[in-house]
Amino acid sequence: MIGNIKFYVAVVIAVALLFAGTGCKNKAASAAEALPQSNQVTGWEKVGETRTYTPSNLSDYINGGAEQYIKAGVKDTVTSDYKFQNKIEAVADVYTMSDAQGAQTIFEADPAGNAKTVPLGDAARSYSQSLVFRKGPYLVRIVAYQDAPEVQQALVDLGRGIESILSK
Amino acid sequence: MKEKQQTSRREFLKTCVAGTVVLGASEGLAFAEKAQEVITARKSKVVIATDASLRTGSGVDPKRALALLDRAMKAYFSTRNPVDPWKKLVRPGQVVGLKVNTIAGPGLSTNRELVAAIAERLQQAGIKPYDIVIWDRTNRELQRAGFQLSSELNKVRCIGTDAPGVGYEDASESFGSVNCRVSKLLTQTCDVVINVPLLKDHGMAGVTLSLKNMYGVINNPQQCHSNNCNPGVADVAMLPSIRKKVVFTIADATTCCYEGGPRFNPQYAWEHNSIIVGHDPVAVDYTGWQIIDRKRVENGLKTLEAVGRGPKYIAVAADTNHRLGTNDPKHISLVQA
Repeated sequence: MIGNIKFYVAVVIAVALLFAGTGCKNKAASAAEALPQSNQVTGWEKVGETRTYTPSNLSDYINGGAEQYIKAGVKDTVTSDYKFQNKIEAVADVYTMSDAQGAQTIFEADPAGNAKTVPLGDAARSYSQSLVFRKGPYLVRIVAYQDAPEVQQALVDLGRGIESILSK
Repeated sequence: MKEKQQTSRREFLKTCVAGTVVLGASEGLAFAEKAQEVITARKSKVVIATDASLRTGSGVDPKRALALLDRAMKAYFSTRNPVDPWKKLVRPGQVVGLKVNTIAGPGLSTNRELVAAIAERLQQAGIKPYDIVIWDRTNRELQRAGFQLSSELNKVRCIGTDAPGVGYEDASESFGSVNCRVSKLLTQTCDVVINVPLLKDHGMAGVTLSLKNMYGVINNPQQCHSNNCNPGVADVAMLPSIRKKVVFTIADATTCCYEGGPRFNPQYAWEHNSIIVGHDPVAVDYTGWQIIDRKRVENGLKTLEAVGRGPKYIAVAADTNHRLGTNDPKHISLVQA
């Protein structure tokens, strides 16, 4: 009798773990899919593979910047290089935090400076060469490596593309 | 006493800033007239060279980068010939590494034109192209920063520690709080290394420049970031291979960032158009710290110390356990070239 109970408990735990694992995989996959493919957003080409970082290796990507994200509860990070109209290089990062509070903590840690607010996600800041916004547990950061008059709007457009995928 | 120290730091800062303003105007004068040396025995010499017209269009002009480098090196080594300083640093037959910093991508990595200028002068000093090795942690980061990978004979090498057949030593080295495996590019490939870091704000360390750039030499930098990288930065710089091989710093301060680092946050990046050179990495880092603080204040931000990010590791690197250099402005001979 006791043996049967143990068996059922083991089965329940195994099934729970299986579902938990599947859930994690789906979450990671959805974050990776948040990075638009080439021409999914007009003018933007995805020029690099999607790279994924966990809290344990995030410092490989952002060095000393990682600690701030880990403290705020980052679960995983996906990033890819982009090119706008074949001349402006950029990088887009999507950080999946454990909750919306984590995304807000990171978002608010940076001084707003001369940012423009744009209607994007739950809150957004747009600079001439970068865009940061948060939506639920996601913190999205896009940075262009060159400056040009059209860059700021182009970054907002790419941000909107990411936001629409995250909303699905 | 505290007031005295503050005054001293203020004067040092004033020198940093005044030099930057004066330097653009001084171009075209003979070297001897330009170099405003403050030579005092037993002081650590640090040279800052600036060129307000360093850029043409979107990038750094290679010719002006070479001229800027020459100005800094001639002032540091008190020579008239631009090749002579290099002969005091390296000798033919040696493999010379140039440890750059490329983690932040193309917007905020060691400037390629500056590195090319260094490679050019090294060759003129008798170092074969293949014996010059531009290196950093990974091939990918080097490429993203615009460096072209190469392992071809008769060409300057450019390679990351993660390249096939490279990697980190199996045996670790220790000092104080750190235990690290060091890149084989440092231990096996290079005879000497010139450190070519980039001046940046750093969210944890406060400042990243000469000493912090050594995190790109070890296998486990993520384990050395606790307590604002202190004493991690100083301890890593004490690892035997690093102390033995890294002989000089040519710090890139052409494009720097005063906040939001070490990543590229364009809104906090600025074109300082300078390089800082010296044998003493602590003195170079102290000088870089003052430049960042000055820029922060100019832009309405508090100093790094005031926001709890003062780079404490700089003082630790100078303490009796480390003795990597001096952080005392009274013992730094700051030269504007």
